[in-house]
Amino acid sequence: MAEIPANDYLIGPRVKSAMSRDDIIMRAGVVLFIGFLAVAVALPLWSLLSKSFENRGEFVGLANYIRYFSTPALFASVWNSFYVAVITTAIVLPLAFVYAYALTRSDMRWKGLFQALALIPILAPSLLPAISLIYLFGNQGFLKTWIPGGTIYGPIGITIAQVFYCFPHALMILVTALSMADSRLYEAADALGASKRRIFFTVTLPGAKYGLFSAAFVIFTLVITDFGIAKVIGGRFNVLATDIYKQVIGQQNFEMGAVVGMVLLVPAVLAFFADRIVQRRQVALLSARAVPLIPKPEPKRDWALFAFCTVVGGLIFGILAVAAWGSLISFWPYNLSLTLKNYEFNNFDTNGWGAYGNSVQMAAWTAVIGTSIIFVGAYLLEKTRGFALGRGLAQFIAMLPLAVPGLVIGLGYIFFFNARGNPLGFLYATIGILVLNSIAHFYTVSHLTATTALKQLDTEFEAVSASLKVPLLRTFWKVTVPVCLPAILDISIYMFVNAMTTVSAVIFLYSTDTKLASVAVVNMEESGFTAAAAAMAMMIVFTSAGVKIAHVLLTRGLDKRTQAWRRR
Amino acid sequence: MDGFLRNRPMIGLFAAAAGVALAVGFAGEASAQQRTRLTVYTALENDQLQPYKQAFENDVKDVEIAWVRDSTGVMTARLLAEKDNPRADVIWGLSASSVVLFEKQGMLAPYTPKGADQIKAVFRDSKNPMVWTGMDAYLSVVCFNTAEAGKTNAPKPVSWEDLTKPAYKNQIVMPNPASSGTGYLTIAAWLQLMGEAKGWQYMDALHQNVAVYTHSGSAPCVQAARGERLMGIGFDMRGASEKSKGAPIDIILPKEGAGWEMEASAIVKGTKNLAAAQKLIDWSVTKQANELYNKHYAIVAHPDSKNIPPNYPANAEQSMVKNDLAWMANERERILAEWTKRYDGKSAPK
Repeated sequence: MAEIPANDYLIGPRVKSAMSRDDIIMRAGVVLFIGFLAVAVALPLWSLLSKSFENRGEFVGLANYIRYFSTPALFASVWNSFYVAVITTAIVLPLAFVYAYALTRSDMRWKGLFQALALIPILAPSLLPAISLIYLFGNQGFLKTWIPGGTIYGPIGITIAQVFYCFPHALMILVTALSMADSRLYEAADALGASKRRIFFTVTLPGAKYGLFSAAFVIFTLVITDFGIAKVIGGRFNVLATDIYKQVIGQQNFEMGAVVGMVLLVPAVLAFFADRIVQRRQVALLSARAVPLIPKPEPKRDWALFAFCTVVGGLIFGILAVAAWGSLISFWPYNLSLTLKNYEFNNFDTNGWGAYGNSVQMAAWTAVIGTSIIFVGAYLLEKTRGFALGRGLAQFIAMLPLAVPGLVIGLGYIFFFNARGNPLGFLYATIGILVLNSIAHFYTVSHLTATTALKQLDTEFEAVSASLKVPLLRTFWKVTVPVCLPAILDISIYMFVNAMTTVSAVIFLYSTDTKLASVAVVNMEESGFTAAAAAMAMMIVFTSAGVKIAHVLLTRGLDKRTQAWRRR
Repeated sequence: MDGFLRNRPMIGLFAAAAGVALAVGFAGEASAQQRTRLTVYTALENDQLQPYKQAFENDVKDVEIAWVRDSTGVMTARLLAEKDNPRADVIWGLSASSVVLFEKQGMLAPYTPKGADQIKAVFRDSKNPMVWTGMDAYLSVVCFNTAEAGKTNAPKPVSWEDLTKPAYKNQIVMPNPASSGTGYLTIAAWLQLMGEAKGWQYMDALHQNVAVYTHSGSAPCVQAARGERLMGIGFDMRGASEKSKGAPIDIILPKEGAGWEMEASAIVKGTKNLAAAQKLIDWSVTKQANELYNKHYAIVAHPDSKNIPPNYPANAEQSMVKNDLAWMANERERILAEWTKRYDGKSAPK
């Protein structure tokens, strides 16, 4: 299958207006898929958020909102959240852009190593950078004098931790954006005598414009909805996400918590729609006729970028290294002798190593089941003809989880699945609900990845198989899946890694036999076993890194076999 | 199209992963036993769970405990969210104020345990039959880092009043009462001890010295133990356990007296294992159970269990202020609103 006719928009010829058997199967599939999304995402979310219109079970309209908006502390939180999100975005975006540029457009050495370093923050529970930052810049930290204002607790700490946490997310998007370049444009610009600077501003930057937009929105949304970092290192600095925590965990006021949840949705939903508009324009930009750009060596630029990546990658590695060291010390900061006893988890937590086993098991299930559902779902939405309403609805629900704090999803799952008479109640308190919850929680990014991969695949396949009377299912299994295998593996890794680190939603859903390592990290930290918490977090990092390395090795072999068609 | 055939190993890998996950799952099931399995929700510390379970199961052979444990706030939110279809059989070791909240919502099944008349009056619910039973009490204390104090020659405080001295500016951490039950019991005690007007005045002055209001009730003593702060307002048990780990802290019971809270147990209404649940509640008031509580807490329900856990401040029981749990529950919303208005809204970026 080396030669594929390049045709972006051809939709299978409509031989007859009546629906074919395949059409019926596809539409039935879309309906089933909507059913899944309703159960996993929409209904649980609604069962919590609808409480914002209630008071002790009675419908009160907007009364809670009025009460909430007349509280002066609110404006501080809205402003603070916005402030931190904007600053984080302003820092991460240029850093990630240059880093992504170095990875895709230069002939720098050790690209693989730098790519791996940049992924570290995704592999670690968010408590890990917070612990590192306290060891480094806290009041007992080695480098505390470096911090302007003298304290890490507050907006500075939140921003540093968020930059660390958001960097890989932005980088993934920007690498994708920058790696899709048409070398014909550059050849033309070069032939016309344009300067390097001019080429950068007129060809490179506009080409990556949409990637930059999506990256900015993803960072903004992540910062707005994350409460873990603000909780540990935020000090007196209130943000919207900690307001939810206060209402729900501190005061068990679900109604007001739901109000804050709704407020949190506003910027995230706005960002989502803006992102969709921008994304929609992007599709037209990339043509299948594009010739991939292969960067030529250019020592001055390459070494400058190498230096930049060394600094950024080094900082990321440094934060991890501090946490690794922190997991080995006896009692910070008064007894710095090294010990392995922090890894004897059974001394700190009744579930001990069992929690680690549960996490691996849960993450494996999430990767296997989640990837299947997500990929098949994206396929149905991409390849079904007509039925715009159903597809649009599914598309919208698939976008919601990114915009919702995990705490809202977790409580929503209790209200929905534990309701009397819910036939799915048997899932409650099993590992099944943790798997379903993790699939739902991390749905959006995986769905976008699957969709991107499917968009690259020519629609002619379906048209050809229809005219050859090959059942769609066969085409799916024999063509679509093998060709999209790299993306499928990416998604499964993403699901696995996130399921290993997630806390905010599952903390409400685990039971006696299904306690997770990520929850144990939080519990141990809270009980003052900081070193043991760091140790368990390191186990999560090692596991995820191991899976990631296996993935890289596998992809290398697979790329040669299944991806030959991409090259010319 | 033969690419698919060559990809068989990949599919095999997925299948293998699924198989491993399944096998692990079933292995877990196989060890299930014939005893009645009680689901017990708790906020007890992790290291207490195993000894409590072992001792109980030794005495009551036909009942098995399955713990679900998290922090007080998370467990309380979870129990309330599950209200319409309860999953817990018994609550054992959750703060009394949470348990009183459940009682108000009609979530508990009253039961007076055998031997309830043996325990101190303050640990007994006044209703008949009792809805909940107290187990042990914890006090709000000051964890004071002596190593850090030595560096700056900071004097050791002996009273709540001392904490407002200018020398401690930005040196104190305490829990945010809107996030943490420990925080609320602390300020509720001040308001009861000093009276409303004086109490708020005191907190105004204290606010000048507070560096951070934490979201967790454990964090202040842990931070003091790590030298992150000179002192933290926390609770006695956390301070003692930090000290036992080697932290250079003193646990100070302020001389005016200290706020306190109980850990309590109760049966969840609608449990399918009522008989077993009652056996657990019966056991929870025995002297043997209290001796276990007494390894971690100085003040326990049973008058004959008088151990002082290592590194505990002496005279804890005498320091307990007169605490009106009902007042605390009824006034909570108003006090938190006032507190938030005064101190939480001000936390703008510097």
